[in-house]
Amino acid sequence: MTTTGFLTDSTLCIGCKACEVACKEWNQLPDDGYEWSGHSYDNTQALGHSTWRHVKFVEDTPEPAVGGNLGEQLPAWSFSSDVCKHCEVAGCLEACPTGAIVRMEFGAVFIQPDICNGCSYCVVSCPFGVVQRNEEDGRAFKCTFCSDRQRAGLKPACAQACPTESIRFGPLDELRDQAQDRLKKLAARGIEDAVIYDPTETSVEGIHALFLMRGDPRTYNLPQQPEVPTIYQKKGWTSAVIAAGSMLALALLSFLGESK
Amino acid sequence: MSPRNADADVARSICPYCGVGCGQLIFHKDNKLISIEGDPASPISRGRLCPKGADSYELLTHPGRELKAKYRRPHGTEWEDVELETAMNMIAEQVWKSRQETFVEEQDGETLMQTRSIAHLGGATLDNEENYLIKKLFTGGLGMVCVSNQARI
Amino acid sequence: MPGLGTSFGRGGATTAQQDLQFSDAILIMGSSMAENHPVGFQWVIEAREKGAKVIHVDPRFNRTSAMADYWLPLRAGSDIIFLGALINYVLRNEKYFREYVVHYTNASTILREDFQDTEDLGGLFSGFDAEAASYSPETWLYEGAPVRQPRKGKHAGHSDVVGGHGKDRGGEAGDIGEHKNDPTLMHPRCVFQVLKKHFARYSAELVERSCGIPQEKFLQVAEAYTSASGPDKTGAICYAVGWTQHSTGVQIIRAAAILQLLLGNIGRPGGGILALRGHATIQGSTDIPTLYDILPGYLPMPFFESDSKKLSEYIEKHSSKTGWWSNFDKYIVSLLKAWYGEAAIRENEFGFNYLPRVTGDHSHFGYWLDMADGKLHGLFVMGQNPAVGAPNARLERRALSKLKWLVVRDLVETETASFWKDSPEIQRGEMKPQEIATEVFFLPAAGHAEKAGSYTNTQRLMQFREKAVDPPGDCRGETWFMYHLGRRLKARAESEQTTRNAALNALTWDYRTGGQHGEPVVEEIVAEINGYTAADRTLVPGYKELKNDGSTACGCWIYSGVMPKKGENKARKREPQGRYGHGWGYAWPSDRRILYNRSSARPDGKPWSERKKLVWWDEDKKEWTGFDTPDFTKTKPPDYQPEKGAKGDDALAGDAPFIMHPDGVGWLWVSSGLKDGPLPTHYEPLESVTANPLYPSHAISPVADKKERADNAYAHPGDKRFPYILSTYRLTEHHTAGGMSRTLPHLAELQPELFAEISPQLAIELGIENGKYMVLTTPRGIIELRALVTERIKTLKIDGRHVHQIFVPYHFGYKGRAVGDVPNDLLAISEEPNVRIMETKALVCNAKPGRLPRNKRSLAIWKQDLKRPA
Repeated sequence: MTTTGFLTDSTLCIGCKACEVACKEWNQLPDDGYEWSGHSYDNTQALGHSTWRHVKFVEDTPEPAVGGNLGEQLPAWSFSSDVCKHCEVAGCLEACPTGAIVRMEFGAVFIQPDICNGCSYCVVSCPFGVVQRNEEDGRAFKCTFCSDRQRAGLKPACAQACPTESIRFGPLDELRDQAQDRLKKLAARGIEDAVIYDPTETSVEGIHALFLMRGDPRTYNLPQQPEVPTIYQKKGWTSAVIAAGSMLALALLSFLGESK
Repeated sequence: MSPRNADADVARSICPYCGVGCGQLIFHKDNKLISIEGDPASPISRGRLCPKGADSYELLTHPGRELKAKYRRPHGTEWEDVELETAMNMIAEQVWKSRQETFVEEQDGETLMQTRSIAHLGGATLDNEENYLIKKLFTGGLGMVCVSNQARI
Repeated sequence: MPGLGTSFGRGGATTAQQDLQFSDAILIMGSSMAENHPVGFQWVIEAREKGAKVIHVDPRFNRTSAMADYWLPLRAGSDIIFLGALINYVLRNEKYFREYVVHYTNASTILREDFQDTEDLGGLFSGFDAEAASYSPETWLYEGAPVRQPRKGKHAGHSDVVGGHGKDRGGEAGDIGEHKNDPTLMHPRCVFQVLKKHFARYSAELVERSCGIPQEKFLQVAEAYTSASGPDKTGAICYAVGWTQHSTGVQIIRAAAILQLLLGNIGRPGGGILALRGHATIQGSTDIPTLYDILPGYLPMPFFESDSKKLSEYIEKHSSKTGWWSNFDKYIVSLLKAWYGEAAIRENEFGFNYLPRVTGDHSHFGYWLDMADGKLHGLFVMGQNPAVGAPNARLERRALSKLKWLVVRDLVETETASFWKDSPEIQRGEMKPQEIATEVFFLPAAGHAEKAGSYTNTQRLMQFREKAVDPPGDCRGETWFMYHLGRRLKARAESEQTTRNAALNALTWDYRTGGQHGEPVVEEIVAEINGYTAADRTLVPGYKELKNDGSTACGCWIYSGVMPKKGENKARKREPQGRYGHGWGYAWPSDRRILYNRSSARPDGKPWSERKKLVWWDEDKKEWTGFDTPDFTKTKPPDYQPEKGAKGDDALAGDAPFIMHPDGVGWLWVSSGLKDGPLPTHYEPLESVTANPLYPSHAISPVADKKERADNAYAHPGDKRFPYILSTYRLTEHHTAGGMSRTLPHLAELQPELFAEISPQLAIELGIENGKYMVLTTPRGIIELRALVTERIKTLKIDGRHVHQIFVPYHFGYKGRAVGDVPNDLLAISEEPNVRIMETKALVCNAKPGRLPRNKRSLAIWKQDLKRPA
């Protein structure tokens, strides 16, 4: 089956939060509580067990929003809808001891709710802080990539609702091409600071939810160098081998020396 | 793992919130709502919805929705239950009484045919057909002139 | 909206949302379209991505500004200065589309010698009657136009310059006579020259001084917008209640209409004025109005005395000899036949005297003040929540307690339904439930998926909804409620055959019912709205078939054609085709998607350009053709010239695209039909922090109605107690007064609490911290709310001093999950003279840090604040 993905394009996002609501409606998620944050228009604040799409509001980004506005002293306000990245090498999947987390035929990383035992290893293993345990329910939750809809040939609910096509859904390789095209188009309009977020060079080895934004992805909470935690374990193991080897060599050397 | 609207019936509908008029697909089965999403065929909305439109299934199914008629008697401190038919009869009685007491057929020898003691407010989220019956009965039948809604622009 | 109606002929948006994709520039002003019409905004994004310039002019940098190429902040309430300066820029720099202006507008029409402008009279047009605070518009007429003699009587005066929603149909109808024109536009009294003179002082310098926009920024935007018009380019304007909810609201839209006519942007693809409506069928509820001053299809309600007796006089008064309104008699007679059926006969003037007469201001605010004074018995509230959603909500709630009975129909128990139980007045101990005599009925309503029916959207498109499921419990639709209430009342009337019951006895009410709850069959109502022949109830194919002799019945002539034959409901159609999606829904009139589209072709019938072609004359077929249904007589050739004495549509030439107007052209100048002048003029809001820079002695509109009284008090000019501008707005995450959003978990969590947006400068000045509470006061009320301190709010330099603006989303109330004090407690009830809309977008207030107690002490704090030296 074709590997599918999201391309979330912040330069088209109007910050309406239709994706958040459409996701919650389709997936029948509870509310996050009714706390007013005082941080721009962001009151759901982060991805979590009950929020699988989250629109981040960035006021006064260093560069003005798309279109440019008049003059540098004017404010800017940009929005970007965050979601599970469905990593190529997924920390959560690797860490899951029960086999509850599986990779679907179209590439999604899926937590099977009937198998999850709530151990939370996946929570600490996600390089993006996406997975969260529902303390009342005991299990971990995150975006399912609307696997039920995808199997029936439907778009994920967020992509279906998005009014401005800021969230695109489709075959991952096509989206990668579209993202490149979009960069070129923006550059032709004088917007040269747009970037694609798709960390293929790290141990995550690429993601299935690509992002396009202006400026530094870190402004939108996207780490520059996301790594799968298991690589640290590998590092740990490798260095232990090296250490053991050196000691052996040293012993051999001394043995050889003595024999002279 | 099939989507819950997989074998549902579909009604073609329109979002009840703002004036954009987004197309909606209402999935239902056995007289129960299942889900609501954008209608991709709409030449205006192309299947998309805003957060309110995307929440319109919840609008109809959330626990805060009132499903029973309620009555508050004069000087009462709490709501009381009332049968819908009883409430309709009581309302009709009140309308009739107020109208009879205040209707003016003519003034200075000229036609007036109005009552100003009963008023109506609302309509911009009601259907055209509903507004038609409101205007027809209230103004055309009862002589009510105090009829208003949200629309000004 | 009479601003559009008088300018173009019809009160609806001239264009369709999808058409914005063809624009070369889009000016969004008086609207945060991205926030309040997000799905419609996709077409703006579409245009932007194709290279169109998107300009947002708004006091507040919001989510729309963030998506625009240009954002200009302006002082709330200075819109006419800004638009006037754009008009002046067009005229001074010859940016107007000359051929369009000469042929398709009244620019060349010569005006009367005795007209005097606001520029001559220091802020008043000629004809002002100071005692009545109203205008007599004779001097505004075209030179040579016959003066309609007002019918004098004890109660006259209300009706002769009717204005109001009746003027959605395009100005005071009537004979405009043999007026003179100067196609060179040089005559000193031609509209073009008068316009030039009128707007001469609306300069970039004035914009800087009074709107707070630096001159160079204004000029940059003026050039960007005006240079995107002409034979090969078009620009569109989108507005919403940010324009209408002002004491000069109609004239702000008039200014936009003048600008678009001068630039040749009406009736052309990518052009037009898109009025963005905030409810699902705001357009529909003026088309089929639950409003006091009109009948369905913009036929005026008869006014007492001036329209009292004879149908013939009423028809004579409201029809015109030339243009489409020559058909007025057919529409009113057919409406009377639809309502009164067999009882409507020629001998009783088709039941004309069954209709009640209007005797004054029976609008929401007009009758609500009567209610506050204990003059009303009963009130129906259906799908509206005035206890928090209406201005001076405190007065609104207190007025409810004076009623004998109240019926509320809604999805949830609104603040209006439970005003007697948990309103701020009860919390503060001002009122006690035991002392409130109002009998209250709450009837739960059916939702949109639980009933069949149609909405008319922002672009005049009727879209029918299929019913999915039955409403639960006691929930019912309004057709059910009205039908069964009517049935009961008609039964009473039948047993009392009196004069006053004659209308009720005559009223046709024979709808079949069906379904689980005995709902009337909606298609039967649609059929009545569409119209049928009286003899055999055959559906008419459209309004052209309606007759004035009682042989046809039609509930709303502009909707006629929606059900041309049995079983065919065009509003229900879902087969979109072509550029404008014909085959999906039904646009009034006659499925025309872009109004006045004859003007997309040159006078000779050829498109202005290949790029901007829309409707053109097909010389071979001898008919108009194109991408849209022509808004023109299909076979009338472009070179058609009427014979002398021709009537109706035949009196209009083949190059007269504005067919509703008696002269067939767009009106830069409105000679009759508006109560506050033939041209827009800047007046300050009813409460303002600055003087009127143009007319020091006429700060505010001389004809706006402040409804000033002890419980609806105002700050006076220069009032030191209220130094800040206050403006209210909507959030994407909520809907109107919150009845459809504040109770919903998935919306409430997105914006859970009331707040105000203020600038960092104001926050520092007042010691208010982001996220902490603050208190706002006005002469009407006091509220507490959280502070959202943001760089997006700018301090403006007006007349050399810094002016702060405070912005409050108005959705909130004390019930539901997202809660807060009621911002509308701060607002005043006021009425713009034409449509009686309140001013919500520009008022004054005071602000300070801190919280309010939830008891009587909060009122003491408020009264203390009012006692400060003014």
